[in-house]
Amino acid sequence: MVEHYKPVKYKAWELTLEERFKEYYPPLSEREACLEANRCLYCYDAPCMVACPTHIDIPTFIKKIATGNVKGSARAILESNLLGATCARVCPVEELCEGSCVLGVDHKPIMIGRLQRYATDHARQHNMTFFSQGEPNGFKIAIIGAGPAGLSCAGELSKLGFSVTCFEKSKLAGGLDTYGIVVFREPVEVSLSEVKAIEELGATIKTGVSVGTDITVADLLSNYDALFVAIGLGAVPQMGIPGEDLHGVVDGLDFISQTKTSPLREIKFGRRVAVVGAGNTAIDCATIVRRLGAERVMMIYRRSEAEMPCYHFEYEFALREGVSFMFLTQPIEVFGEGSVAGLKCMRMDLGLPDASGRRSPVPIAGSEFLLPCDMVIKAIGQEKHVHMLDELAKFGVSATSKGYIEVDDVTKRTANPKIFAGGDCIRSKGEASTVMAVQDGKLAAKAIFQQFVLGTAGRAPVLPAARGLHKHG
Amino acid sequence: MANLEINFCGIKSPNPFWLASAPPTNSAYQVQKAFEQGWGGAVWKTVGAPVLNVCNRYGTMDYRGSKVIGLNNVELISDRSLEVNLKEIRETKRNFPNHAVIVSVMVESTKDAWQQIVRQVEDTGADGLELNFGCPHGMSERGMGSAMGQVPEYTQMVTEWVMASATKPVIVKLTPNVTDIVQPARAAVAGGASALSLINTINSVMGVDLDTFEISPNIGGKGGHGGYAGPAVKPIALHLVSSVASNPEIQRSGVPISGIGGIETWQDALEFILLGSTSVQVCTAVMHWGFRIVEDMIDGLSNWMDDKGFKSIHELVGKSVRRISSFGDFDLGFQTVARVDHQKCIQCNLCYIACNDSAHQCIDLKDLKLTGVANERLWPVVREEDCAGCDLCSKVCPVDDCITMVEVNTGRPHITWNELVKSTPEVLEWDKMEEYRRRAKIKIH
Ligand SMILES: Cc1cc2nc3c(=O)[nH]c(=O)nc-3n(C[C@H](O)[C@H](O)[C@H](O)COP(=O)(O)OP(=O)(O)OC[C@H]3O[C@@H](n4cnc5c(N)ncnc54)[C@H](O)[C@@H]3O)c2cc1C
Ligand SMILES: Cc1cc2nc3c(=O)[nH]c(=O)nc-3n(C[C@H](O)[C@H](O)[C@H](O)COP(=O)(O)O)c2cc1C
Ligand code: SF4
Repeated sequence: MVEHYKPVKYKAWELTLEERFKEYYPPLSEREACLEANRCLYCYDAPCMVACPTHIDIPTFIKKIATGNVKGSARAILESNLLGATCARVCPVEELCEGSCVLGVDHKPIMIGRLQRYATDHARQHNMTFFSQGEPNGFKIAIIGAGPAGLSCAGELSKLGFSVTCFEKSKLAGGLDTYGIVVFREPVEVSLSEVKAIEELGATIKTGVSVGTDITVADLLSNYDALFVAIGLGAVPQMGIPGEDLHGVVDGLDFISQTKTSPLREIKFGRRVAVVGAGNTAIDCATIVRRLGAERVMMIYRRSEAEMPCYHFEYEFALREGVSFMFLTQPIEVFGEGSVAGLKCMRMDLGLPDASGRRSPVPIAGSEFLLPCDMVIKAIGQEKHVHMLDELAKFGVSATSKGYIEVDDVTKRTANPKIFAGGDCIRSKGEASTVMAVQDGKLAAKAIFQQFVLGTAGRAPVLPAARGLHKHG
Repeated sequence: MANLEINFCGIKSPNPFWLASAPPTNSAYQVQKAFEQGWGGAVWKTVGAPVLNVCNRYGTMDYRGSKVIGLNNVELISDRSLEVNLKEIRETKRNFPNHAVIVSVMVESTKDAWQQIVRQVEDTGADGLELNFGCPHGMSERGMGSAMGQVPEYTQMVTEWVMASATKPVIVKLTPNVTDIVQPARAAVAGGASALSLINTINSVMGVDLDTFEISPNIGGKGGHGGYAGPAVKPIALHLVSSVASNPEIQRSGVPISGIGGIETWQDALEFILLGSTSVQVCTAVMHWGFRIVEDMIDGLSNWMDDKGFKSIHELVGKSVRRISSFGDFDLGFQTVARVDHQKCIQCNLCYIACNDSAHQCIDLKDLKLTGVANERLWPVVREEDCAGCDLCSKVCPVDDCITMVEVNTGRPHITWNELVKSTPEVLEWDKMEEYRRRAKIKIH
């Protein structure tokens, strides 16, 4: 039987559970990659390169795919971004590189993300390594957190000859790349192979060690020359409504991490699921639970479509997956006996703009209604690591009123010249994303090198507070 | 990492990638910028006789959405003064002592003129000269350029004049606009040339504007032939380079070859090297994309060399030359047939129509029932016994590795045409040929 002639199954519910959790986009074939690479105009001073937060030399890596130099292509990517394989899969390319492609104007932008995946997959499948540990320079750096920011910093510092130790509280390194990105966007192995590559550069990653519990910041400061704080953000906060402790109410991040680390068939989920929130995490939860087999998935969001914080392509993806949206709807109580039986909601109207500039929702009196469901997934943002912030404050590290660590934009240095920070824990403005965390780590490594090895701390750190810009969060 | 350095008849270069004498090597600014970006050498834009240029100078061949697969030009040699050029060459060589700086020259056809320019160029400290015997337009009408290169006697004569006064290596650049490139190549060697470079541009007319009836490029309502270069000329250049490289007389002389014509990637360059070039020169690709393309040329070539275990360029120079043969020496017993992989076939039927209209009608469309789908489309199937092994179907197939030419043994004798006519001269008559075919089991329908 000729294989390719089987009717293509494009409806998720016609696939097996395992098939539904395979990478959503298949890898490009050699021919596809070559044709797409040849479509690239090889612009000079290309806008995609500027749009990429890590400034990967995109035309160069694409040209190398076209000339069959895929090894050189992978190197060109990883030179600017050690987590290029993850970024190839998780970056919101429509908002970044591909969004700026000059071909987008009257044509179709180049599939930069998928070409990047093609090159980095090639390197991984052929066990290629490109960089090595630098000549030891005698300085020791501790990193708290082995997510993208911590890993990127660790890798770049190792290349520069620093002795680097990463402390990671989870069992596996990789941060949200390992535990938070939906499996059908990035399989865990890709993230773990990047962790391995960072270790091969000479960085030590101690997993299962929580700073603040197993070891203190003071210990680190006395044993290391500098500290890079890359702790990301914490758990999903409480919704603050009655019934939140009922069985069947779950933290969206915990739920996603189960699908990354447990066998799919062991994951518990409901038939009728309400997802509270409308950010990218909420969309991930909704599409995952749908692919697990939930019959009805409803997103509950108190504002309207226009205010949704998720990317537009994520919204469209959820719609295609059969997720329904209830806008201008506020949950006010989870009800049920022991376990969830439904969500009590209220209809909202849009009022005047609030501090964020978005029109704020105003409850419509008497509009309460009951939404029957047997699972509620909370995905309404992430808490700050308050304890860690308090701990760091003892060493002079300042934070914004919203709980982000304050750093200098260029050097990622905090108010304490020996403490640097990057990633989600400083991302007070703009969309938090893996690629920005990677860039933070890279910039911090550069600044640490400047300060310790070249001995030029450069200008004094300019903190938002010093510029009188604080209190915006 | 592989060593890309070369020694080209005494001219040392950090890699084999040189800029050809053309607009990219017009000034010190350009050449020095190119060296900074990785080019190993540059042949300065031809200096010599005074000229005046025209507008527009270029016509291009664009094919199915790809721009500039061929470039035609009516540009002349450098229109900057000789004095300025010599000053900038001197400065460039001083700033880049380890790069190859070669100066292309072309003057009127007198011994004094040639010997004077040789002295002037050598005085700048440049590493060598290239004699431009190839420019096919503008200069040739004045008795220079290809007017020299097309007459072997002139080529030899001028080369001798130059060699009599030159102390640095001299490369003779050949024109492709001749019937047999080996003749001028041998003349240059006979004249004492230290090396050969080829090809210069090919005579061409780019096209006609269907609205205005003007010729492209349009020079104030007129147009004419210009020199053709770029990716489209690569196969012609490879042929000419390999003809020179495989010529026994040239081989005995030991002169190195600088390969030129349509080189855009490290793979193109490598093909020229395998066919006998020690260095390669690039013009059109740089005019299209900028100097920056050299980064991937270097990176791609050295990655390839590392992967294949080659340590230096000199191990590769001419490695495929021994495979250059001629029709009379090909094995008539080597037989292949086309085979279609139905797992990969997408049923476009291009192979069918190519074979049916332009080859030997040996692909059938058959109902193979491979899919279980009712009324399934017919599949192309090769009747191998009738397949002439011409390879057209696999060339038009859009899917990689879907149609492959597989070697088969049908008992045909392994004999070459030259051997056959020597041993069985009567095959030159049709009836005897038919008889031989019957004996050799060669069936032609
Ligand atoms: C569900 C979800 C989906 C996302 N999808 C995308 C996406 O598709 N594309 C995209 O670009 N971005 C996405 N993001 C955002 C992206 O994951 C983050 O911006 C990025 O991971 C931030 O990196 P980080 O290193 O700052 O933090 P994290 O990835 O959160 O890593 C922080 C690490 O620090 C560790 N840590 C924390 N405290 C301590 C301590 N005290 N001691 C030791 N270790 C500690 C944590 O265990 C964790 O491993 C998503 C985020 C979420 C939540
Ligand atoms: C615009 C243009 C100008 C050229 N001028 C010269 C010249 O002055 N001297 C010369 O020897 N060759 C000249 N050439 C020929 C090139 O050096 C080269 O031999 C030819 O373009 C083939 O190489 P390519 O396919 O890489 O362009 C010129 C070519 C072009 C396109
Ligand atoms: S390339 Fe430069 S010099 Fe040539 S026509 Fe365009 S602008 Fe003028």
